[in-house]
Amino acid sequence: MNDIKLGAAPPGVEGAGFFATSLDKVIGLARANSLWPLPFATSCCGIEFMATMGSDYDLARFGAERPSFSPRQSDMLLVMGTIAKKMAPVLKQVYVQMAEPRWVIAVGACATSGGIFDTYSVLQGIDEIIPVDVYVPGCPPRPEAILDGIMRLQDIVKNESLNRRNTPEYKALLEKYGIQTNNS
Amino acid sequence: MANSITKITPNKPVYNDNDPQDDLITLNLGPTHPATHGVFQNVLQMDGERIVSGVSTIGYIHRAFEKIAEHRPFYQITPLTDRLNYCSSPINNMGWHMTVEKLLNIEIPKRVDYMRVIVMELARITDHIICNGILGVDTGAFSGFLYLMHEREKIYEIYEEICGSRLTTNIGRIGGFERDINERAFEKVRAFIKRFPAVLDEFTKLFDRNRIFIERTSGVGAVDTATALDYSWSGPILRATGLDYDVRAQEPYSSYEDFDFDIPVGTNGDVYDRYMVRNEEMRQSLRIIEQALAKLEKEPKGVFHADVPEFYLPPKEKVYNNMEALIYHFKIVMGEIETPKSEVYHAVEGANGELGFYLINDGGRSPYRLHFRRPSFINYAMYAPMSSGMLLSDAIINMSSLNVIAGELDA
Amino acid sequence: MDKLDNNILLLRLQERFGEVIQNQDIPYGLLTLETDEEHIIEVLEFLKKDEELQFIYLTDITAVHYPEKELSIAVVYHLHSFVNNIRIRLKVYINGVNPEIPSATVLWKGANWMERETYDFFGIQFLGHPDLNRILNVDDMVAFPMRKEFPLEDPNRVDKKDYFFGR
Repeated sequence: MNDIKLGAAPPGVEGAGFFATSLDKVIGLARANSLWPLPFATSCCGIEFMATMGSDYDLARFGAERPSFSPRQSDMLLVMGTIAKKMAPVLKQVYVQMAEPRWVIAVGACATSGGIFDTYSVLQGIDEIIPVDVYVPGCPPRPEAILDGIMRLQDIVKNESLNRRNTPEYKALLEKYGIQTNNS
Repeated sequence: MANSITKITPNKPVYNDNDPQDDLITLNLGPTHPATHGVFQNVLQMDGERIVSGVSTIGYIHRAFEKIAEHRPFYQITPLTDRLNYCSSPINNMGWHMTVEKLLNIEIPKRVDYMRVIVMELARITDHIICNGILGVDTGAFSGFLYLMHEREKIYEIYEEICGSRLTTNIGRIGGFERDINERAFEKVRAFIKRFPAVLDEFTKLFDRNRIFIERTSGVGAVDTATALDYSWSGPILRATGLDYDVRAQEPYSSYEDFDFDIPVGTNGDVYDRYMVRNEEMRQSLRIIEQALAKLEKEPKGVFHADVPEFYLPPKEKVYNNMEALIYHFKIVMGEIETPKSEVYHAVEGANGELGFYLINDGGRSPYRLHFRRPSFINYAMYAPMSSGMLLSDAIINMSSLNVIAGELDA
Repeated sequence: MDKLDNNILLLRLQERFGEVIQNQDIPYGLLTLETDEEHIIEVLEFLKKDEELQFIYLTDITAVHYPEKELSIAVVYHLHSFVNNIRIRLKVYINGVNPEIPSATVLWKGANWMERETYDFFGIQFLGHPDLNRILNVDDMVAFPMRKEFPLEDPNRVDKKDYFFGR
């Protein structure tokens, strides 16, 4: 019982009935603990995601209670499985349809780098077409590894600045992939 | 070479949505859809809720397995076969090993056969768990799926004891297994077969006589045996139409002739029959595993591979000490073993149907040509003709019950 | 009547077709025969419809590319007779420059996708096929990937250093 750590509150001023801290900490906390996934499951890693969603490894504890297949209503795109060149335009379209802020986790060796399939028909890593935040290696990664990837993403989300999507670096990143941004 | 071939016609289905006389809409049941179990696309022409016609496009996860197999030595093709039907990978692994053993005329000891049977029947149970669980989810019932996924975790633990991996197992070697199945794995198997019938009963109680489920699935997608044979169906969906074709009974491999099991058969070939056939097959698999455990008691302990030093890697301790073992190790890894220049076709009963391996060998390190006869691919061909005239919701349930695994569909 | 085995099957086929069936062999217990593309549909029809043989099940259609042979593409049919519990393999060698063979979709509807896959990989024109298009590869691909001269890896890849792969 002794090694249970309660989540640390961000630094701030506390008083009777109020807690004051900076806005980006609060927003970061809220976003990180309610990341709604878009499970883009193509192959074997998708079955490990089903095991992660199941009762043994429960992804819902991390705030991902609502896996939605609607890009407009989800925060993180979990690409699980091999992306073939035929599928690449579909993946890019789904990413473009997601609303900001959006994050991408590449789960598995195939999404990260093409995996064992170094062939003419397989895209060698989804970072050829969309920007990726977290890579989870494995073939397929254990559910603990997928959860670890999501926890790393939660760290990124907690510490992200609110202005990140408007910065020139981010715009240059999306330009590199040929993705239009509306925040001009 | 390419210049003399006639021009490729584009494969995009074109439905004219601009015709004012035409009341039909084009609906894209696209590659990313929560109800399609994998990446395949159906472009449907709909009259309200009813499908008029559909065109299936697949290949969204084509990974060129057959081309890769021409560049890999025999023992490196096993991880490729894992990723065919990844819900039941041990069956693919064993099927491939048996194909190579048939080519090389290797005789497998009975104990290894029985151990293989246990692993394959566990894999069949995992695949049917996914199929029936997801069929429940598609009709709107999520709880049954969660109960069964926990059982799947138990089977994953058994695989981990045997080979170290959960999903893509790469179990076994050409000639047997890489290590003996230890006592803890057998205990877990016994615990599983004691526990699973009760869980399966709980699951079937949710669905078997559930009025909503019966109304959603009974009469949907009914197929008669003649049409099914015309489209070369095999597996539980063919048995649901009434024909009891099972490769385990027709052409027994891996000592299946020593086992006593029934082949469940349906009558209408509709979704409800396919669901019931798969449930009963899970019970029959448990029966087979029990018999295999009993038979294993009588076999001499410690035998886990055939005695073929030319094809089965010697233990590493011997390789470092013994000259002969070192030479065999070198020859096997470098592919300098003489293999017959011939062709062989071997079929196993995969969870979806007859999984066949057609291997043409030219004596080199890799196959000259390896073709996988994939049941999901061949079964799915009937989907578009079958769904014309159906309501969209029925077509979704029909697709779930065909148990199309995208890895096996596209290979 | 004797149970149908490979020898009786071969005898029946030779009685009916004579010279058309060539190069019979029984590797690993599976009777393998060769014929040519003018007669293949006849042979398949006889095997399917004959009352004794009853090869009603088409297991698979595929192809093999032998670049060093004169007739460089072999189309391979596997059939299965449930009643007699026997399989048969038929091969048709056609030339690789302009490979054409009549389609088996007149006999089995399941041949549709099998032939599309074979066309996609090898470029064989199946005459009379209702919808001969690519099925697994991208639609605008011009080459046929399973032919031996097509490379496995994507040649346009820029991030792979040959030095680390021994090239």
